[in-house]
Amino acid sequence: MSNSAESTLQRTPLFEEHRALGAKTIDFGGWDMPVQYSGIIDEHQAVRQRVGLFDVSHMGEIEVTGKEALQLVNWVATNDASRLVDGQAHYSALLYEHGGFVDDILVHRVNEEHYFLCVNASNQEKDFAHIVALNRFQAEVRLSSPDYVQIAVQGPKGVPLVQSLCDRDLSGIKYYWFVDDAVAGMSARIARTGYTGEDGFELYVSPADGPRLWRLLLEKGKEFGVTPCGLGARNTLRMESAMALYGHEIDASILPPEAGLNWIVKPAKGDFVGRDAVTALQESGISRKLCGFEMQGRGIGRDGYSVLVNGEAAGWVTSGGPSPTLGKNIGLCYLPVESATEGTAIQIVIRNQPVDAVVVKTPFYKREKS
Amino acid sequence: MYPNNYRYTKDHEWVVVENGVGTVGITVHAQDELGDIVYVDLPTVGATVAKGDTFGSVESVKAVSDLYSPISGEVAEVNSALNDAPEKLNADPHGEAWLIKVKLTDPAEVESLLSAEDYQNYLKG
Repeated sequence: MSNSAESTLQRTPLFEEHRALGAKTIDFGGWDMPVQYSGIIDEHQAVRQRVGLFDVSHMGEIEVTGKEALQLVNWVATNDASRLVDGQAHYSALLYEHGGFVDDILVHRVNEEHYFLCVNASNQEKDFAHIVALNRFQAEVRLSSPDYVQIAVQGPKGVPLVQSLCDRDLSGIKYYWFVDDAVAGMSARIARTGYTGEDGFELYVSPADGPRLWRLLLEKGKEFGVTPCGLGARNTLRMESAMALYGHEIDASILPPEAGLNWIVKPAKGDFVGRDAVTALQESGISRKLCGFEMQGRGIGRDGYSVLVNGEAAGWVTSGGPSPTLGKNIGLCYLPVESATEGTAIQIVIRNQPVDAVVVKTPFYKREKS
Repeated sequence: MYPNNYRYTKDHEWVVVENGVGTVGITVHAQDELGDIVYVDLPTVGATVAKGDTFGSVESVKAVSDLYSPISGEVAEVNSALNDAPEKLNADPHGEAWLIKVKLTDPAEVESLLSAEDYQNYLKG
């Protein structure tokens, strides 16, 4: 970890905040990001029980604007953006013609001529170029990531914490809806979205306001038991909720039906990039499928490990690790469809040693809806 | 923090020798770098270990790290309490959470390891 290597990494506007809090940082797709502050398990539990604060400013933002903004979004993304109304968001995906993932994204409709996309940090330039190349509409596409600091406030106390800094009543913002308003006087996009399986908000503010908002959330959050959280906890939280992570569960070689993501593909809306490939696979049937597993023997199945069925190599682990909530070692893997059923005995090859595991249903964790 | 009677490696293991038996563990620095330790994989009693070779692994929430033996010999005892309580490696890596005890085949090997002072200088870079 030489200083010269560190200096080539990108930093979010909150980097000095993390340093002051004693965060451990890692190279995450070219970004020097906090992986943990107090400890991954402690941070994970804080989000499940109280509220955690995540700097996710490394995420990319793309604005699609103009008369035919909707047509462009619906041409490049799988979900049907015509069903969104102002202030509503949904999960969607960008696909290649062959049906593999360019990225998974959130699409927010600001108004009928403005869609706001939140995309993965390490994919943002690729996504932007992909959309621009497919733009044959009266629409403009702008990569606006530097305009935003994004802070995720996640956990059962997430809504009350943000509410304590807002005049507007936030209880009316339903899951996957958002408002453009203010938090502690700072202009903010307040979206009831997240990547942890808990309730809460993702706040988009200007880089100039970012550090002040972060400090305010920490300060005001004391009464709610707030804990700053790194990417380590973000990963264990999303894994328990069986949410896909690009580069693990999904990538250019995986099609949505294989990843259990048919629900974000809407062929009925008309043609879009990747539609033919996806519908063809839906008709012919998939041969492999993403599923959850739980370790039974001692050991932790991790990303990239091979999976055996009846002693034969049959699949691979996409994500795996301890589940702090369940106290078990869990993971996600691709398996042949005939084996991808609850209760199937499998083995994960851990350092050349097959260790028993079993296919279980996902998500591993689901919060109680209040 | 780093006992003077222990010897250390650049891979962040320690060993302390008593009556020809070396007790081996990981350092406070190692556990701090790893974060929450959730799994330990240790050899069985009677296995042979060689200086510089892997003899097991520890896993944190995020990653797997190999353990490298600071000395050569035969495993005489294994701290099996860590199987059910790997978090002890975070709490007391220089004491209760030792990993293995090794009957040394070449006691002179220990002399080539870092002293507590050398190791702390090494950590400072």
